[in-house]
Amino acid sequence: MSAILEVKGLEAWYGLTKALHGIDFEVAEGGITAVLGANGAGKTTTLRAVCGMVKRQGEIRLGGQRIDGKATEDIVRLGVAHVVEGRGTFTALTVEENLQLGAYTNLGDKRKVQEDLERVYRYFPVLEERRRQQAGTLSGGQQQMLAISRALMLRPRLLLLDEPSFGLAPLTSQEIFGIMRTINEEEHVSMLLVEQNAQTALDLADTAYLLETGTVVVSGDAERIRDNDVVRRSYLGY
Amino acid sequence: MDVFLQQVVSGLAAGGIYASLALALVMIYQSTEHINLAQGEMAMFSTYIAWTLIDAGIPYWIAFVATLVISFIGGVLIERLIIRPVENAPVLSLVIVFIGLLVIFNSLAGWIFTYTIKPFPSPFPESPISVGNVVLSPHSLGAIGVTLLILLLLFGFFRYTSLGLAMRAAAQNPVSARLVGIRVAWMLALGWGLAAAVGAVAGMMVAPVIFLDPNMMGGVLIYAFAAALFGGITSPGGAVFGGFTIGVVEALAGTYVPFIGSELKLLVALVIIVGTLLIKPTGVFGKAVVSRV
Repeated sequence: MSAILEVKGLEAWYGLTKALHGIDFEVAEGGITAVLGANGAGKTTTLRAVCGMVKRQGEIRLGGQRIDGKATEDIVRLGVAHVVEGRGTFTALTVEENLQLGAYTNLGDKRKVQEDLERVYRYFPVLEERRRQQAGTLSGGQQQMLAISRALMLRPRLLLLDEPSFGLAPLTSQEIFGIMRTINEEEHVSMLLVEQNAQTALDLADTAYLLETGTVVVSGDAERIRDNDVVRRSYLGY
Repeated sequence: MDVFLQQVVSGLAAGGIYASLALALVMIYQSTEHINLAQGEMAMFSTYIAWTLIDAGIPYWIAFVATLVISFIGGVLIERLIIRPVENAPVLSLVIVFIGLLVIFNSLAGWIFTYTIKPFPSPFPESPISVGNVVLSPHSLGAIGVTLLILLLLFGFFRYTSLGLAMRAAAQNPVSARLVGIRVAWMLALGWGLAAAVGAVAGMMVAPVIFLDPNMMGGVLIYAFAAALFGGITSPGGAVFGGFTIGVVEALAGTYVPFIGSELKLLVALVIIVGTLLIKPTGVFGKAVVSRV
C-alpha cells in the first residue's frame, strides 16, 4: 500500500522549546493511523507540524509532494483538512456559514457545495435542523460534528483529527467514531488520528504510533500495538 | 420648532460623514484590534486625488469611482508595505507607526497641493429645497443618501458574498480561517483597502462643506472616534448609529447650549468619548470581549 503521508525526521519547536525530536511515521492511502500518548507527548504538535502551524523541520510528503516548506493555507488547498482540538468553530457565524467556509477553496462551484452540504447533513442530520443557528450555541458534541463536517466540506485527501472524543459523552463519541469509519470506508478519506482514548483509537486505526516526550517509542499494526505490553499496561489499563 | 428640525437635518448630514469614517475605523479595528489614527488623513489625501481628477476635467462621478479604486489600492499597499512588517510589534510601536502615517500624509498633501484652502465641488444641485419652513441643502441630503448606499453595499458584501464571509471568518478566528484555506494576511490587506475607500467617500462628502485643506479631517476624525466608541467599536451597525447620533447631538448642542456655540462643538465629542469610556466602555452596541487567561 502506498502512503498518502510520509514523515521523516520531523522536529518541531514552540519558541526555543523543542517539542518533537525527529519522528518518522506514515499514513497509508485510504488508511487510518493513530498517534497515541500521554499529555505533553507531542501528539497535537505532530498534527500542527504537518500542516505548518508550528516551526518545524524534517521531510513531510503528501502523495509524494514535499509540503514541509508550505504555509498552512496552501497545505489545506492541497487537500489536508484539520479538525483541531477545541474544534475551532467560528462561534459568531451560523452553522451553515461554518460549513460553507469549509468549502472555501471551491466556493465558486455552487452545485458542488450544495452537494457536499447534503452529504454532511446525511451524516449529521442535527446540523441541518440547526443550520441557521449561531454555531457557538451548539452543544459540545454538535460542535465536534460541525468541526468534522466542516473538514469534510473540503473533500480532503487527508483528514487530521485532534482528540475527536475529547469532552464528549460516551454515546456521542461512539456515534462520531462510527461515522468516521463510514467516511473512511465509503469515501476512502485517509486519516491521521490523535487520541487519548487508546482503546477507541486502536479499534478504528490500522496503524499506530506511541509517542513519549516527542519521540516514537512503539510503532506498528494497530492489532500488534494492542497486544504490546507497554501500551496495554500504560494506556489500555489491563 | 423649525430651527430644531433644521439642526436635526444638518446634524444627520454631518452624522453620515462621521458614520462613514467611524465605519472605516471599525473595519480595521475588527480585524486587527488597532485604531488607525491616520484614517482621517488617508481620507483627506483621497479627497485631494479626487480634486486633482476633477480639476483635470474628468466628470464628477467618474472621478468619484476612480478615487475609490485608487484609495482601495493605496489602503492595500499601506497594509502590505508598512503595517505588515510591524504586525506583531507592541501596541505602542504601532501607535507610533500610525502617527507617522498621519504626519506623512498631512505633510505630503501640504507639499504637493499647498496649504491653500480649495473649494471642492458637490455633485448635487445648489439651490436649496424648502419643506415647510425647513430649508434643506441638496448636498446634505445627497451626502446622507451616498452614506446609506455605501453602508448597504458593505452590509451586502459582508453578509452575502463568500469573500465577505471569509473576511468575517479571518477577523473572528484567524487560526481556523487558515485551516479552511483562507489567506488571512490578504484579508487584512483587503480590510485596509475597503476602509480607505469608505474613508474616501467620507472625505469627498465633507469637503464641499468644510472646504479642502490638509488639516480638514482633524476635527472630523475626533467625531468619528466619538461615534465609533459611542456606538461600540466592535459593531459596524453601532458605528453608523453613533455617527448619526453624534452629528445630531453636536448640531443641537451648538444651537441650544449657549456657551458651546460653534467654537466649543468639538468639546461635545470629547465629552461623549470620556462619558462612554466611563459609563459603558463597550459602547451601545458593542460586545464585551471576554478572553480566558
